[in-house]
Amino acid sequence: MTAIAQSASNETFVLNLGPQHPATHGVLRVKLVMDGEYIVEAEPVLGYIHRMHEKMGENRTWAQFLPNTGRMDYLHALAYNHNYVCLVERAAGIEVPERAEYIRVITNELNRISSHLLWFGAFVLDLGGFSPLLYAFDDREQILDLLEAVTGSRLTYCYYRFGGVYNDVDQDFLDGSKAFVARLRERMPMYHNLVTKNIILMKRLQDIGFIDAEMCRKYGATGPVARGAGIDFDVRRHEPYSVYPRFDFDIPVYSGCDSMARYMVRMDEMEQSMRIIEQAVGSIPEGPVMAAKAPKTIKPPKGDYYHAVETARGSFGIRAVSDGTNTPYRMKLRTPSFSNLVTFGEAAKGMLLPDALALMGSLDLVIPEIDR
Amino acid sequence: MDADTLKQRLAALPSAAVQELDHARRGFSLDVSLPPAQLVAAVRILDEAGYFIETITGVDWLGENAAKIKEAQAAAAAKKAAAAKKAAEARKAAEEAGEPLPEEAAAEEPEAEAAPPEPAVDDMEAIYDFNRYDRCHRVTLRTRTPRDKPSVPSIANIYQAAHWHERETHDFFGIVFEGHGYLVPLLLPEDADYHPLRKDYSA
Repeated sequence: MTAIAQSASNETFVLNLGPQHPATHGVLRVKLVMDGEYIVEAEPVLGYIHRMHEKMGENRTWAQFLPNTGRMDYLHALAYNHNYVCLVERAAGIEVPERAEYIRVITNELNRISSHLLWFGAFVLDLGGFSPLLYAFDDREQILDLLEAVTGSRLTYCYYRFGGVYNDVDQDFLDGSKAFVARLRERMPMYHNLVTKNIILMKRLQDIGFIDAEMCRKYGATGPVARGAGIDFDVRRHEPYSVYPRFDFDIPVYSGCDSMARYMVRMDEMEQSMRIIEQAVGSIPEGPVMAAKAPKTIKPPKGDYYHAVETARGSFGIRAVSDGTNTPYRMKLRTPSFSNLVTFGEAAKGMLLPDALALMGSLDLVIPEIDR
Repeated sequence: MDADTLKQRLAALPSAAVQELDHARRGFSLDVSLPPAQLVAAVRILDEAGYFIETITGVDWLGENAAKIKEAQAAAAAKKAAAAKKAAEARKAAEEAGEPLPEEAAAEEPEAEAAPPEPAVDDMEAIYDFNRYDRCHRVTLRTRTPRDKPSVPSIANIYQAAHWHERETHDFFGIVFEGHGYLVPLLLPEDADYHPLRKDYSA
């Protein structure tokens, strides 16, 4: 008998949400103990698509594991790519040329916007609004076309290499990025008029889904969930990597601790990503995109290494233990949605079922990243 | 609590070894090894200091002791070979110079050999990562427990996130978190009794 069944009294019943429910955006199941329409207890059940990426990491060479990273968070795959190449570069001491760093930042931020756009559409869909999803997909498609042109794939990118990027970008890509930013700038007021200022959305999100700063700390929540709880925490500022310190951008922080705060953080983040892209495209230096002296076989010195990046969902960290051979001894993947989802069990207590679904949408979960 | 105070408080725990690392090179600032009995005390200090929990994981050190013994034997053999070579060279030089041979006994005097390490049970390691929201200061706690009966105290009542992280670590390594109370598989099937991230596990 599980803990959740024990807590069920005669007045309550257990409701299974998922494993494949339109509101869970992936193969997640939530066992809910309901008292009428109110949630008494919520227990997420994971592992339906678990692929054991960590074990794969221990059975492949450092280079062979690279394509795996794009398979975990299929909405912001380049951030996962980025973290892994940064980790290996840190461990093996590889220098990256400037132009490659700029390309990484531009493509990464484009990918972040595309992830947030998909979240935006799907989130409003959870609340019953269908049209915004189609608008968001229209914009997202522009990014996918741009990224497809340079990386060769549409979702599970594997574009970065140890010491640089796979191939250089052309002028079309840079112009296209600029044109996209101009286009989305024009469309953002429309999104705000259509959705953010909508009274139904406000009523569904404001003061509902409470996750405060202390709860974030105890659960290790990061990303927009923490920033919606008033915590000024963004790995790009906190533990700077790549060339992010060179760009001028703000970290949106809202202290509402409710679903609306998390919504606003992501909407503002898209604006900030556009600022970064504009600056990076405007100042991208000429030069090589691959380190001249990148080693053919990666054999980092013995020891532990850690590297973290800010993905669309929060802080993604890799801890790798090297034993000095060409295969990692241990590879731990600390994914943001995993820590963010733990808060759900506590935050959903006492909520109405539809509000709990709004809360879950506001966490922006990507299940393959939790299951790995 | 500033970094130095934290370091002192952690170092004051019995049998704790605190090591400061270069963040730019390794990715964390403080590495603390301690016995399982001191873990809860250390985590309480970090909680008081306002750290948030990043993750909990394990490392299986199967074969570590065997490798150490092999390494020690290889080092001893290499030392012996070097000494023999040196003695042979000295003899040769003395012969060429027509000097009396150096005393054999002195050259071949057996050195006090270091006793090879005893074969011991390999360890399972539990690793805890903490960080701060206001400035970057990653602290790693690591504790070792015998591999054949791995057990460390649970910290799920201090950091609620540990509830899941400990279940995941139990899934993959079979480390028992004493006092957890609900160690059912999280990511593996609910009836799983195998631990895939152990080094001797193969599907």
